[in-house]
Amino acid sequence: MDSVRVKFTFVEELIKEPIIWKLAKEFEIVTNIRRADVTDARGWVILELQGDREEIERGLEWVREHGVRVDPVYEDVVEG
Amino acid sequence: MSAAKTLRCRECGRDYPLQPSNVCEFCFGPLEVFYDYDAIRRVISRERIETGPPTMWRYHDLLPADAEAAIDIGTGYTPLVRAPNLGRELGLERLYIKNDCANPTWSFKDRVVSVASTVARQFEFDTLACASTGNLANSVSAHAARAGMRAAVFIPADLETSKVIGSAVYGPTLVAVDGSYDDVNRLCSELGDKYPWAFVNINVRPYYAEGSKTLGYEVCEQLGWRAPDHCIVPMASGSLFTKIYKGIKELAWLGLIDWRGTRMSGAQALGCSPIADAYERDSWNIRPQKPNTIAKSLAIGNPADGYYALKTMRDSNGGATSVTDDEVIEGIRLLAETEGIFAETAGGVVISGLRKLVREGHVAPDEVVVAFITGAGLKTQEAVAPALQPPLAVAATIESFEQAFEEREGALPLTKAV
Repeated sequence: MDSVRVKFTFVEELIKEPIIWKLAKEFEIVTNIRRADVTDARGWVILELQGDREEIERGLEWVREHGVRVDPVYEDVVEG
Repeated sequence: MSAAKTLRCRECGRDYPLQPSNVCEFCFGPLEVFYDYDAIRRVISRERIETGPPTMWRYHDLLPADAEAAIDIGTGYTPLVRAPNLGRELGLERLYIKNDCANPTWSFKDRVVSVASTVARQFEFDTLACASTGNLANSVSAHAARAGMRAAVFIPADLETSKVIGSAVYGPTLVAVDGSYDDVNRLCSELGDKYPWAFVNINVRPYYAEGSKTLGYEVCEQLGWRAPDHCIVPMASGSLFTKIYKGIKELAWLGLIDWRGTRMSGAQALGCSPIADAYERDSWNIRPQKPNTIAKSLAIGNPADGYYALKTMRDSNGGATSVTDDEVIEGIRLLAETEGIFAETAGGVVISGLRKLVREGHVAPDEVVVAFITGAGLKTQEAVAPALQPPLAVAATIESFEQAFEEREGALPLTKAV
């Protein structure tokens, strides 16, 4: 079982879409929201995803295809 | 005895014991060192600081490590110099340069690594590690050598030889990773989870970052216990930017200086400017970028402290700017030719960024402005070399010299009477 921390950023048109619920229904992924900031114009959610690495990758691709921006929560650690 | 009390989540405020950890287990927010300020207030004074060592450890009361245990290779208390020539050029009456090129490994990273290595040894780590393209690698290698620790330094495989030597000389285990920048990032994040090593910018990051505060303390002390009106700081992760501000605020809270509402402005290279971009969009949302700039020491596309840097610039009525690579070179040359200070590319970003901020009216001519130069130019010679004139090539005769000189520089002075 792998665990990945990601940040989803939603634009206005996607705010009402239950993307995270669908992600958990369509894929064998446990979604666990840790922090979020959602307004009626935009929103971001930081969450932990648990499942097989490949299943998580497929799920994230599906999320991207729906127009949600996906970024890793680990920030750059390589410094100058 | 350090007055550091807990690690506190910057998002949800949960406290954790002082341990090697950088992320809140509850909300994944970043952790920051929290101090017992009442205890600090009882002991600290200007006199106590002034009689301390001529290094950053004169401020040990405000650092999360004990001074007696410090891994101190002579870092800090670097020159703050008045810059009248550059000031005239830019239209500023009271411009100062904080020259952090003067640190032992020639960059401000010695400040953060001095704290990180001290704390790492107190936590009984035997290995100091980092992922770096230059300055951080140099500093980690040097401090590990001094501390008698092993160093594991991860660099991209295509790094220039000159930068590798600046680390290799201290005897670390240098690991050249075959892969993209993102691959190096991911590998080091995974290694940080797997091995009991002190990765200075991962698991001991909360302590490491505190070292940057000393730049704020020093500038205030060197201005005669006065805060600057405006600081111009290069931004990579954004950590340095926020910590200089924190340092100035702490001195004011503790009554060592008067609060003057110091403004904080940050500069980035256009080819990697996620923080300046969010500022210009008037957004709190940092969009990660793929870095493409000669200012490699600032090339962090997904900055850990970007949000907090935005908050600092908005809270302080400061701003952000970004400059092209050509302007970076211009900035390096301008500083060198007016004040005799040879900065690395990050310094070029700061000087050109300052020029832009002045032209746009964000910096007032009569403000006490401090520009932070965080690394020495010999580290990034290849960036500036193509823009410089080659030496005059002459034969060993007076005629040859005079001809070559006048072709380039114009008439020679009148000869001395004999």
